[in-house]
Amino acid sequence: MESLLAFVVGGLYAGGIYLMLRRSMIKLIFGLVLLGHASNLLIFTVGRLTSDQPPLVPDGAETLTEPFADPLPQALILTAIVIGFGMQAFALVLVKRMFLTARTDDVHAITTTDTF
Amino acid sequence: MREGMLSRLGLSTTQTKGSLAGWIIALLPLSFFVFFCTLIEPVAMGEPIRISYPWIPSLGVELSFLIDGLSLLFALIISGVGTFIIIYAGGYLAGHHQIGHMYTYLILFMISMLGLVLSDNIISLFVFWELTSITSYLLIGFKHEYQDSRYSALQALLVTGAGGLVLLAGLILLGVVGGSWQLSELFGRGEAIQDHELYLPMLILVLIGAFTKSAQFPFHFWLPNAMAAPTPVSAYLHSATMVKAGVFLLARLTPVLGGTSTWFFILTIVGGITMVMGAFLAIFRTDLKSILAYTTINGLGTLVFLLGLGTELAIEAAIVFLMVHSLYKGALFMVAGSVDHETGTRDIRELGGLGKYMPITAVAGGLAALSMMGMPPFLGFVGKEIIYKSAFGVAEHHMFLIMLAVLAMAFVGKVLTGVSAGLVTVSPFLGSKTTTPKNPHEAPISMWLGPVVLSALGLLLGLSVAFSKGLQDMIVAPAMGAVLHEHEVHAKLALWYGTEPETLMVFGLSMLTIVAAIGIYIRGRGTFASISQRVTMPWNAEQGYQFALNGMQSLARWQTRVLQHGYLQGYLLVVAMTLAGFGGLAFFSQVGLVAPVWSPQFPMVHEWLIAGMMLVATVLTIRLDSLLGAIVALGVVGYAVALIFILYAAPDLAITQFSIETLTVILFVLVLYRRQTITHLLEEEIARDSPAKRIRDLLIAGSVGVFITSIMLAITSEPLVSELKHFFAEESVPHGKGHNVVNVILIDFRGLDTMGEITVLGVAAIGVYSLIKLWFARDAENNTS
Amino acid sequence: MKISFSVILSTATYYLLPLMLLFSVYLLFRGHNEPGGGFVGGLMASAAFGLEMIAYGVNSARRELRVHPTTLIGTGLLVAVSSGFFALFEDQPFMTAQWWYDEKLPVIGKPGSPMMFDIGVYLLVIGIVSLILFSLADETEQIQEA
Repeated sequence: MESLLAFVVGGLYAGGIYLMLRRSMIKLIFGLVLLGHASNLLIFTVGRLTSDQPPLVPDGAETLTEPFADPLPQALILTAIVIGFGMQAFALVLVKRMFLTARTDDVHAITTTDTF
Repeated sequence: MREGMLSRLGLSTTQTKGSLAGWIIALLPLSFFVFFCTLIEPVAMGEPIRISYPWIPSLGVELSFLIDGLSLLFALIISGVGTFIIIYAGGYLAGHHQIGHMYTYLILFMISMLGLVLSDNIISLFVFWELTSITSYLLIGFKHEYQDSRYSALQALLVTGAGGLVLLAGLILLGVVGGSWQLSELFGRGEAIQDHELYLPMLILVLIGAFTKSAQFPFHFWLPNAMAAPTPVSAYLHSATMVKAGVFLLARLTPVLGGTSTWFFILTIVGGITMVMGAFLAIFRTDLKSILAYTTINGLGTLVFLLGLGTELAIEAAIVFLMVHSLYKGALFMVAGSVDHETGTRDIRELGGLGKYMPITAVAGGLAALSMMGMPPFLGFVGKEIIYKSAFGVAEHHMFLIMLAVLAMAFVGKVLTGVSAGLVTVSPFLGSKTTTPKNPHEAPISMWLGPVVLSALGLLLGLSVAFSKGLQDMIVAPAMGAVLHEHEVHAKLALWYGTEPETLMVFGLSMLTIVAAIGIYIRGRGTFASISQRVTMPWNAEQGYQFALNGMQSLARWQTRVLQHGYLQGYLLVVAMTLAGFGGLAFFSQVGLVAPVWSPQFPMVHEWLIAGMMLVATVLTIRLDSLLGAIVALGVVGYAVALIFILYAAPDLAITQFSIETLTVILFVLVLYRRQTITHLLEEEIARDSPAKRIRDLLIAGSVGVFITSIMLAITSEPLVSELKHFFAEESVPHGKGHNVVNVILIDFRGLDTMGEITVLGVAAIGVYSLIKLWFARDAENNTS
Repeated sequence: MKISFSVILSTATYYLLPLMLLFSVYLLFRGHNEPGGGFVGGLMASAAFGLEMIAYGVNSARRELRVHPTTLIGTGLLVAVSSGFFALFEDQPFMTAQWWYDEKLPVIGKPGSPMMFDIGVYLLVIGIVSLILFSLADETEQIQEA
């Protein structure tokens, strides 16, 4: 499954970057979201997959016994998901503001800060 | 703490605007001075005092202080001269609306300078070194409403700051090669360091740092410009203390870096050129402060020159001259400031006969000038004699020709300095009264006290060597011992050394210097000024500075034009191509392609389905013209990610991903709902990019994808060895007292990271809030007006 | 978005909101031992307010939240940061876990500074998400009015 996900993540990266290279601001944000998913999955996959036991120590036990899922990537990704949301919201509002001000979402039309 | 208190005290004086505050604040440097005086005897008798506090122990940086003969002498000069400077500043700037700033900066500078000379750790020494540059910048730019003030301040900062960076490189080399960051430990390792192959680069870097700070040729140009500062600053920083930091550093590092022939030649040549050039240029100036600035360059050159000679006599000469110079130059600067203050001009052509109106200032100036000329029995005479003695002494180590060159340079420097002494005192105070912008009268006591005490000290200390050994045994010998890193050092100071042929020769030369100086002054005083106006230098070092500065600015402009073009896609292209290009190059040359591993278990049907769904949804996100359709496709990717989290034992992630995905859809709908215009633009967008451009982007994006996939295949083909995985699994229950390991990591083991992350979240939310609210406010304002 | 379009949605929300809030608190406290925690709990609670916003309008949701979201952000950050200071009183590095009661209490688990930290995260996440949602809804309303 790791190998399969490697291709999925590669596809997400390619799609994300292609979207970010478009002139539409909205597509830029879509690209950012895809890149966020791709990076989370990358960390998750590189930490190896296991479908056996989540990193929850059973009641009464003191420690986890193999095989169990690596808790560290999960902890990293958890905050990344929430932060990704915050960044998305900020980017969306920024783009909307930009659109309402400049009446365009073409990134080529906004190469300077002085015209607005 | 002390600085903070004083800045408050300094600021509060803006209300009183009198010189009274100066007297009170001067108690601080005075108390330092008294404290350092109590250390003279213990230091002279025994071992140097070391005080140390850990600062950054992992880097070997400590806040440690070394009080030996050399640093104590500097500390005495800094605190002693500082006392009078603060009092003087109170009188000089009385009524100035920012006099509080002046006190604050001066005290800050004094603390930094004391830190610099007392540091034992070379990194903390460097930090204090830079602090003196910064306070010097503030002080030169004190009259910040004038453009030349700002220009000079920036120039001094850039020259000394750039030198400081070079010095840092040199000091780090020194610390690494020497294996210690403590000067007191490095002293004993001089030979090992000098044999090291990095000795030469290290030496050159350190020397550039010292030369820029001490205004040595060809970095001397900033010092005359620094005279834009108020006179108390010039007197303190740019003659008595800060500019001597470079000299101090050379003296301090003499046991470590000194004594080689490279050291000898660089220091004597640079110091010699600076010495002669400074003295020569000084006599053609007409501005009192300008003359003094060039003679300061001469003095600094002399000190570097003597340290370069490096013999015991030369070091003794350097130590004595250091004291002589600080005393007379500090006094003369203050006298020049008083003249300027009371008459409104500093041009020697407009000044004359002031002695009648400002008798005390005139006497102080006269005494200082006599010491500067080296007239017996002033301390200046004692200093000059030892300089000549050490110049003769060169013959023991080097060729006769070198000795002659050294002697000639010293002689020319001394004669011309003597002429300058005449220019700054005889011309303004004697002769006939001229009309000046203001009617001259005696300066207030706060402004004559300093010059009188300092110049009188020049006389008294000179007299004292005749009947007391206090100066030579208590001050000079311990300082020499520190520079030479020897315990048994004997200094010999005297006004009359006896009738041996050699000492008679020295005495004769000394007298000849005075006669020559007086002769040249009388013959030439009227013509120097007119010569300088006719002759302009075809090229000078300051033009080099300008050239470098302009070059740097146009380089920055060019680079900004090329890199900061404002096209977002351009930036992204560079990032993506760098990642795929350089990253790919490194990866494929080192690792190469790794085939996918389908064991131990071939992916099951549902896994293929999820993967396929994600890729299809990605393509749809790109291809769909409808905004809503694209949002849905994006949502599919997100939910599929959540599915993967469920399948592979990450329940926490799955819940979070599901919640976030739902919120994201709400978010998109809120933002984009009913924005047909944007939807419309999405369609327009397709027409915007040419097919060729889209193929190019596809290729670049695709190569990044291939790169990422190859990396992941390579990583996952090897088994994972993770100590952390087991660490967290084992420690979670006993230490984290929680069974959900992910949660324990988040809120306990890596709690600090989480704290940073939630702070970022808060900032992002407030960003959203203010973007919306502030625009509402602006729109409302526009509508009403 | 002043009046809800759907009676079913508004009725369901009326009963769901308290339940979801209760569930979010449950998620928060059980997070130390089972899936859940401050992040998830906070998201759940803010989803509840999001639902309220869609069903009854943003002003109603704001009343239901009672405090301004920025207050929640500030409080959450303060609670989280201050949980780290307890260790300093014990002369331990900042944020070292402190436990105040060694027995596991029903529902809430072991009280200690990590739990306090998690409560801070919970409050902060509610504040952030509702701040974003409310601000956007405000803007949508204003634009519609204009």
